[in-house]
Amino acid sequence: MYKALVIGTSFGGLEALKAIIPQFPKGFPLAVIVVLHIGENQNDSFIRYLNEISQLHVKEAEDKERISTGTVYFAPPNYHLLIEADESFSLSTDPKVNHSRPSIDVLFETAAWCYKQKLIGVVLSGLNHDGAYGLLQINDLGGMCIVENPENAIAQIMPSAANKIAKPQFITPLHDIAEKINELLHSQN
Amino acid sequence: MASNQNKIEKFENIDLEIPLILEAIYQKYGYDFRKYSRSHIKRRLVHRLAISNLESVSQLQDKVLREKDFFIELLEDLSINVTEMFRDPEFYSSFRENVVPILRTYPFIKIWHAGCSTGEEVYSFAILLREEGILKRCQIYATDFNRKVLEIAKQGIYPIRDLEHFERNYEKSGGKSKLSDFYTMKYGSIKLDQSLVKKVVFADHNLVTDSVFAEIDLIICRNVLIYFNRDLQNKVINLFYDSLSSSGHLCLGSKESLKFTAKENCFADIDEKQKIYKKSLSKSCIKL
Repeated sequence: MYKALVIGTSFGGLEALKAIIPQFPKGFPLAVIVVLHIGENQNDSFIRYLNEISQLHVKEAEDKERISTGTVYFAPPNYHLLIEADESFSLSTDPKVNHSRPSIDVLFETAAWCYKQKLIGVVLSGLNHDGAYGLLQINDLGGMCIVENPENAIAQIMPSAANKIAKPQFITPLHDIAEKINELLHSQN
Repeated sequence: MASNQNKIEKFENIDLEIPLILEAIYQKYGYDFRKYSRSHIKRRLVHRLAISNLESVSQLQDKVLREKDFFIELLEDLSINVTEMFRDPEFYSSFRENVVPILRTYPFIKIWHAGCSTGEEVYSFAILLREEGILKRCQIYATDFNRKVLEIAKQGIYPIRDLEHFERNYEKSGGKSKLSDFYTMKYGSIKLDQSLVKKVVFADHNLVTDSVFAEIDLIICRNVLIYFNRDLQNKVINLFYDSLSSSGHLCLGSKESLKFTAKENCFADIDEKQKIYKKSLSKSCIKL
């Protein structure tokens, strides 16, 4: 049974997330954890907006908060977001990874350690390589990997790098990703 | 799938080995990382393994116990040494507005920077307090368990590459003059005005293993607690509570809070967003 879904994106991420998160129905059985490279003020207003148009509760992840299913968590700007083995969050001000803080790799790596086969990892539009190595970790530890088809992504570099390095199970056009996740949830029963 | 199993087993072994190496470090050298955020420790150890030629955390442990120099290197990995001048400028402007007027009424102010690392924040506060005209009345203790970073903090020499960022932070923080009034430039570095820290005592103190050392009016401990697990956060917050004078202030990092701790109701919010708190003396808080 899948328990969590982690998503990484940067440039083009607002559009991409708007196409996916509102598709998840009430009672969604996964915790959704997102790293989006974005500035502090923008992050607050985007979270508010996404919360309004989604059926799930959307919020910023807090240090030591327990992770619940049916909630969408965003990494706070300027902090790395890590997942502990007891399914709670930790934040860190460690140096940037891939020129990024929060870094998708840091979230994905610690999520893979915690959830192993019970994890789905998704890489969307973006302009750097962050997330590729983390997605490989998810794949290595038995999780399921989906990458947005770079051909129609707003920015191709991030999904292309993830494809090359992580060898995901699915390369999916943006507008089919929510459906693909639903299929995975149903096929496991 | 067999290769997945091998990799999963590798990480399961690491999970078993981490408590052992942390116990070994504590028993041998007295540094206690046992209640640090485990995924933070795991990342640092996994990356140390990747750059050394060692196969497992057990081999790392063997080397740590036998080679002191190697331990000191690893101690650097495990320490939290990222800081900057006027980090989160909105915090500093809130501090000027909400806390400084109260401090002004004190004849003498004792301040504790807990986990001061390389000292950028200590100098930032000293600048703010001087601009507000109360630095002379302050006795400041700046502590960290890592002696190496304390040496850097004492000297106040920082690479010039960060300067532009520091200047921007200083302006946004409500600085009253120019940051360049407080440093001199030399050989690609800046050196902070040493008169700022004339009354700062830089001292070796470990939040995890040491206890209260004075009655303090203001504790600043920013972006340290996030590296601890819940248990240790509780312990350290209790230590702060016990160290604070009856209406003392506590400043945490912008994304740290008392929310998931046992002392949640024992502090009043001064600025909730900037995580500035004031100790409150409700009965249930005195001994928890």
